[in-house]
Amino acid sequence: MAKQHVNTTINGDPVEFLCEPDQTVLDVLRDVLGLTGSKEGCGTGDCGACSVIVDGRLSCGCLMLGAEAEGREITTVEGIAEGDKLHPVQQRILEEGALQCAFCTPGFVVAAKALIDQNPDPTETEARYWLAGNLCRCTGYDKIIRAVMNAAADVRGEAA
Amino acid sequence: MTYEDGKLKVVGTRPIRPDGVDKVTGRANFGADHSMPGMLWGRILRSPHAHARITGIDVSKAEALPGVKAVVTGADMAESSGSADAGESAINLRDLSRNVLAHDKVLYDGHAIAAIAATSDKIAREALKLIDVGYEVLPHVMDVDEAMKPDAPLLHDDMFTEGIEPTPETSSNIAKKMVIGFGDVDDGFAKADVIIERTLKTAPVHQGYIEPHACVATISEDGQAVVWCSSQGQFVIRDLCSQLLGMEAADVRVIPAEIGGGFGGKTTVYLEPVALMLSQKSSRPVKMTMTRGEVFRATGPTSASSMDVKIGATRDGRITAASAEFRFQAGAFPGSPVGAACMASFAPYDLENVSITGYDVVTNGPKVAAYRAPGAPQGAYAVETVVDELAEALNMDPVDFRALNGAREGTKAPYGATFKVVGNLECLEATKDHPHYKSNLGPDQGRGVASGFWFNIGGQSAATVAINPDGTVSVVEGNPDIGGSRASMAMMAAEVFGVAVEKVRPMIADTASIAHNDVTGGSRVTFATGMAVVQASEDAVEQLKKRAAKMWDVEVEDVVWQDGAAHTATKDAPLTLADIAAQAGRTGGPITGNASINARGAGPAFTTHICDVEVDRETGAVEILRYTAIQDAGKAIHPSFVEGQMQGGVAQGVGWALNEEYIYSTDGNMENPGFLDYRMPVASDLPMIDTVVIEVPNPSHPFGVRGVGEAPIVPPLAAVANAVYDAVGVRMTELPISPPRLLAAIDAYKAAAE
Repeated sequence: MAKQHVNTTINGDPVEFLCEPDQTVLDVLRDVLGLTGSKEGCGTGDCGACSVIVDGRLSCGCLMLGAEAEGREITTVEGIAEGDKLHPVQQRILEEGALQCAFCTPGFVVAAKALIDQNPDPTETEARYWLAGNLCRCTGYDKIIRAVMNAAADVRGEAA
Repeated sequence: MTYEDGKLKVVGTRPIRPDGVDKVTGRANFGADHSMPGMLWGRILRSPHAHARITGIDVSKAEALPGVKAVVTGADMAESSGSADAGESAINLRDLSRNVLAHDKVLYDGHAIAAIAATSDKIAREALKLIDVGYEVLPHVMDVDEAMKPDAPLLHDDMFTEGIEPTPETSSNIAKKMVIGFGDVDDGFAKADVIIERTLKTAPVHQGYIEPHACVATISEDGQAVVWCSSQGQFVIRDLCSQLLGMEAADVRVIPAEIGGGFGGKTTVYLEPVALMLSQKSSRPVKMTMTRGEVFRATGPTSASSMDVKIGATRDGRITAASAEFRFQAGAFPGSPVGAACMASFAPYDLENVSITGYDVVTNGPKVAAYRAPGAPQGAYAVETVVDELAEALNMDPVDFRALNGAREGTKAPYGATFKVVGNLECLEATKDHPHYKSNLGPDQGRGVASGFWFNIGGQSAATVAINPDGTVSVVEGNPDIGGSRASMAMMAAEVFGVAVEKVRPMIADTASIAHNDVTGGSRVTFATGMAVVQASEDAVEQLKKRAAKMWDVEVEDVVWQDGAAHTATKDAPLTLADIAAQAGRTGGPITGNASINARGAGPAFTTHICDVEVDRETGAVEILRYTAIQDAGKAIHPSFVEGQMQGGVAQGVGWALNEEYIYSTDGNMENPGFLDYRMPVASDLPMIDTVVIEVPNPSHPFGVRGVGEAPIVPPLAAVANAVYDAVGVRMTELPISPPRLLAAIDAYKAAAE
């Protein structure tokens, strides 16, 4: 089957690419566009390392076909910081030491930003359930949850 | 130099790690993130059978598929023999070769048989289907106790149990028997008023690193190769590849990618030699990645275990004797961590009479790999469960019982060492004093405690530091950073130089750019590589003092180094690091410091955990309500990353205790090779994990570091099981304590009570 021609928006920029019909958004990001910040931990939507935001909705890049990106707006981990200013989630993850091997970190950054965009005042339980689709094997989640709660407070303009 | 705790300026603080920004922005390059021009994609064909003889492999159809550039099988590998030093343990090269690509038999579901390199991943996958493999399916055995029986299916006809005199004349699946201990256990048990004896079992569990194995390899026509891969040690990858493939070490340059978790599972090779073989055949770079299913079926896991533990004590609470038999499943080739289980499991106790027997047993599962404190969690689960039951039988507080019998300075450990300064009693005291331990519990809630021990190791490390012309410092070391070790290295160097940590930039060099370093494992990096970095920094400080003496025209003996500058009595103004660096060209050239060491004196880690659970009697589900981990770190260089190690170890241990297990079909196929069905803890499964870092300094390290990474996974299995018992009165002697298993146990308990 011929490659698909897709026009989409990634991290605010117009992007045009060709992909195989069975290539996922994650395959396209990593192997076609060279955006390797999104990771493949499972390829089955269970680990969240490929989390991207599609038209405002948190999604797994591995569960969406590249062809489905047509006409959509996709945000990846490479597009979370604004210029040289890190997003509060990124800053708080650094300050809390909420990363060890950091393979899951891009997915958590994207998923946590999506949470705070939607709910800037989550309870700890809400944050834990929202992030339950992102596996981390290193941290036990403690510092990640603290970082996300502090980042939410930053976004609300409160001192954490 | 000596460093006084109260005067440390950098060590013990919590700076942002130097590699942090790249890791929150997606810039950091992990194993699968590297690509090369002209690169091919490699894929591996794996056995669908748990045990079969390969009667033939026909690759002709696959080779004929357009886009396929190379096919390799076990027949392409040279015969290997001998063993390679992998830092923590020796690796048998003949077995490793057969694990990388099966030679004559497949020994587990997922065993690699052949590999293909093609111009696209899609073509490579298509080509796998065109390889025709003939199998003569053989009976298989998965369970360790079954595998030890005389009539069990045999994995290796030529395996005769080591450690038995005389060596048996018939082959078996028992690779090795070992016995350690001292005293007279029969006499000890005769003196006991209470004896508890239990048999416990655990399932195989995977390390569960989120990053699948991945590499890119390229080999030139002159035989020089480069491998990019994520691993726990670029040097062990180089050495294993070169030895398996008959290459010289200097011809294999391994460039360490960032590593997305290892926990012991990335201390050996799977894809790397295959990618090199494919590159050699195709004259092109080859990239290989594993799927999650391949990771589960063909890498890791750690051993399932079957364990008998017997402990006796007098009425006043003194243990009189302890004995155990540990039977560990090694998977397809020998090498379970049963030896460490024998050595570590009773180490928290001061024993007069102890006898421990271990069996290393092959079964038709993937060859086990190291997993965080290998062997100790299983053994501690058995020992700490029996200790809990014994304390209850004696009507003693379980922490008091552990403290009364606790290992301390001067205690002879079951493996023969006599402990120097250790923090076991300090951990137990902190447990007893912790508000968690004194808090109240509600209905169906229970509390468990358990202790743990891990040796920690030192080993070989090399480090160099270079003073840059502007006075900044580059630290070069050779251990992949899995948990923030770059930060610790930079901090220790900054402390020695007396400069801000941001002035020190660490990097992890490839195998051609620094001397050998043992793997990132054994909780050794902050201790051993940290010691190398400190010594290299001190070496550089000596150079700086000499240069300052030259600039001042004074004797070097009259120069002291303090707060990042050279001082001498006759000059009012000190010479800063930057002052001296700027003049380096005029005072003798670039300033460097070096250290190559085999670090001795690793300080053992002791730890005690408190776990509260609530059991849902309707479903058998166990909720972790509260968890506190108390551990002697010696000295926490960066406390956040020490706490993180403790929290992460707890989470893995909780998963092991409650949910994780390899589930096999009757055909011996793994039925849950994915994160949906192999259930690791997610954020909503856990509470915050409280930590108490005890600091009983290790006298062998300049800052007192012991090593922290492994000990935290040792106690949780028993702490959870003991808490479940406290909640519902059921002793869970088989892991995981999954809802159906617990529900059945609760029902049986109720039925027995009625």
